[in-house]
Amino acid sequence: MPETIDLTILETLDFDDDGFMTDANDWTPAIGKAIAAALELELTERHWDVINFSRAEFAEHGDAPSLRKITKVGGVPTKELYVLFPGGPAKLAAQIAGLPKPTGCI
Amino acid sequence: MSDVLAKIKGMKVDEKTTTRKLVLVSSKGGLDMAYPPMILANAARMSGIECEIFFTFWGLDLITKKKMGKVNIATVGNPAFSMAPYAPWFKIPTWMGLIPGMSWVATKMMAYQIKKLDFPPIPEFMENLLDSGVKLYGCKLSMDMMNLQEEDLIDGATMLGAMEFMELSKDAQVMFV
Repeated sequence: MPETIDLTILETLDFDDDGFMTDANDWTPAIGKAIAAALELELTERHWDVINFSRAEFAEHGDAPSLRKITKVGGVPTKELYVLFPGGPAKLAAQIAGLPKPTGCI
Repeated sequence: MSDVLAKIKGMKVDEKTTTRKLVLVSSKGGLDMAYPPMILANAARMSGIECEIFFTFWGLDLITKKKMGKVNIATVGNPAFSMAPYAPWFKIPTWMGLIPGMSWVATKMMAYQIKKLDFPPIPEFMENLLDSGVKLYGCKLSMDMMNLQEEDLIDGATMLGAMEFMELSKDAQVMFV
């Protein structure tokens, strides 16, 4: 049985109208887990690879990485990204990682 | 459900229930017009929108194995033609576009800009699109006209007739590029 995750942790946080956290600094892995659970997504180690890479990129550049960067630098192939985050990997990965909506076109 | 959860969930596009689908018709084979359909198709998939591209006439070059890596720019017949990133104030007159080698130079310049933005070259971009779930089709009539077989197209692309295109674009948003 999948572990039950407490979603009330999300109630104390601020989200913009698109469902992205307004302050990336408030994020913790537990919050990431809760956001994923709200999206009905169970996080695997590969998900965490993407999330941690996105967090690191954000810390360095102040922007959520483009999907191309996640594949090229982060080392997660395009095909796998779409399996990990069905229904829009760029948005979902940033959302779970507590980052603002990605602005890159690729 | 609380407001917060509704907000978060609002972003998720469930692929089983989503109805939005985008069909692009790519009809031009120049380097400048190769990118708009590819970028839009990729953006659609990144947002969880289903997407298919129908390549017709010169657009076929973009998915033809032997040509997709050699797409260049026309230097004649474009009234907006300029060296935009370097000298945007200098509109290149049509007669200048006729100078031998102009197309080669313009193509190199644009390819450099594309690389600088870290956009993949056409063959790699098409592979990415296929990986992300975009379906690529070659127009059957254009292929017959240009003497192309399905095996001349990038692996994963298929041949499609105009009538079948009608079925495929049913309930989709269609954009002609």
